[in-house]
Amino acid sequence: MLNIHRISKTFNAGTVNEKRALSGLELHLQEGDFVTVIGGNGAGKSTMLNAIAGTWFVDEGSILIDGIDVTRLPEHKRAAYLGRVFQDPMTGTAASMQIEENLALASRRGKRRSLRIGITAKERERYREQLQILELGLENRLTTGVGLLSGGQRQALTLLMATLRKPKLLLLDEHTAALDPKTAAKVLEATDKIVGKDNLTTIMITHNMKDAIVHGNRLVMMHEGHIIYDVSGEEKKKLTVSDLLRKFEEASGSEFANDRMMLA
Amino acid sequence: MNIMALINALPGACAQGLIWGIMAIGVFITYRILDLADLTVDGTMCTGGAVCIMMMLSGHNVWVSLLAAFLAGMLAGLVTGLLHTAFGIPAILAGILSQLGLYSINLRIMDNKANQAVNVDKYDLLVSLRYIKGVPFYKNTLLIAVVIIAVLIALLYWFFGTELGCSIRATGSNPNMSRAQGINTDLTKIIGLMLSNGIVAFASGLYAQYQGFADINAGRGAIVIGLAAVIIGQVVFGRIHGNFAFKLVSVALGGVIYYLVLQVVLWLGLNANDLKLVSATVVAIFLAIPYLKGKHFSKPVKKGGVGNA
Repeated sequence: MLNIHRISKTFNAGTVNEKRALSGLELHLQEGDFVTVIGGNGAGKSTMLNAIAGTWFVDEGSILIDGIDVTRLPEHKRAAYLGRVFQDPMTGTAASMQIEENLALASRRGKRRSLRIGITAKERERYREQLQILELGLENRLTTGVGLLSGGQRQALTLLMATLRKPKLLLLDEHTAALDPKTAAKVLEATDKIVGKDNLTTIMITHNMKDAIVHGNRLVMMHEGHIIYDVSGEEKKKLTVSDLLRKFEEASGSEFANDRMMLA
Repeated sequence: MNIMALINALPGACAQGLIWGIMAIGVFITYRILDLADLTVDGTMCTGGAVCIMMMLSGHNVWVSLLAAFLAGMLAGLVTGLLHTAFGIPAILAGILSQLGLYSINLRIMDNKANQAVNVDKYDLLVSLRYIKGVPFYKNTLLIAVVIIAVLIALLYWFFGTELGCSIRATGSNPNMSRAQGINTDLTKIIGLMLSNGIVAFASGLYAQYQGFADINAGRGAIVIGLAAVIIGQVVFGRIHGNFAFKLVSVALGGVIYYLVLQVVLWLGLNANDLKLVSATVVAIFLAIPYLKGKHFSKPVKKGGVGNA
């Protein structure tokens, strides 16, 4: 479903701030794969998702989504294949618009936007049903402004928006990092439910090693812009947090340094 | 001071306010919906009048002339939009560049003259300061301006409810989210700028007819008057929770209030040459109020009282 072939990206090339964020990254995903991504600060996790999403173009290498070469496709065109949830709850929704308007925008992802009415009565019914999955009571607040929702509610809504039209690939960039533990657990639960329901191919970055082990069928560890450890199936299920730490030291030759990394 | 002089001047002030209200609706689209400060309007507020008057002088129908003014404004918006999106120039600077360039273009349109008059007796004008009193009601400029505003608001209400209109609103609200949802934010910004400048040029066409001439300086400071109308509308009617159409109505009424206040200030004896300074001061104060309110008068959050994230 996703083929990333030897992509590299250097920011601020030729200046003192030069940073090689991705270096020969290779990653191939089967349809239905749910991959969790861990790694230290500056390992290139978010950079990888931004490369897939097309926030900027990579310097070299190629990216194929379901066989379609998107390497040179602008961000808004790639969006047709992608669902995205960001770390900052403010990023994924339009605060000055209503819940139903946000959903209507999302349900037209990848379609031409014409002079037809922006939201139909039939759609509203469908949104009401789908909001029930989140179990946040949002189904009764369709016309509430998104700016009035809490971070957790906005993140759950963004998740629904990302999957309203089934994406070929769902990109979750530490989407629970900004939430309190209880809300984070709820959003993760919704994530599992939504991903499982449509068997979505998913990449989820997390700073919580336990979450990385519990969720998904495959786990990759990144360091200095490429993947240093890749595990799936039964082997992944048996992993423990201390296994991961040892693997990291073996593969990178240094200690796992990430202030935000949660070991529990 | 003669109170009758003031009362006699009020209908004219209302008419001017309504026409500037149309212009302010154009400013509202960029400033409030797209979250861009577009200074192109200082140029297009002259271009529209120039195009409209020159078209009428060469024998075209008033509606055709106004349509041409609208299209000319859209073209100016397109230039600003391309400078901003395709060439990465900050929106404010892109607007200033278009505005400066338009000065020369406006002079060309007006046959290299600083103004061009259109005689109300010879031409069939839609609005005029002569059509305020003593004309059949259906020719009254106040009525015509109100009808035009009503139609314009209805059209915009429909447009910003369509898929395309919604994507323009989303672009102004959150460009990152918009791109993630497949919206070409460069395109939506260009469409918004074109629509805005088209409306401003249309208002300019009406204003030139109202005054009886197109003037090269007609657009000077137009953005400030437009912003004043937007902000006054928001301050005066902001507490009423209305829909999008109501917001546009309050912008238009903001224009009327601005001109009524202006009339009173003039009647009180202010030198007309000082008006621009007064306008700039008033707008600066109204822009500063929300910021200062938030900074100095917000209630402190109780310790430990942080809600869930």
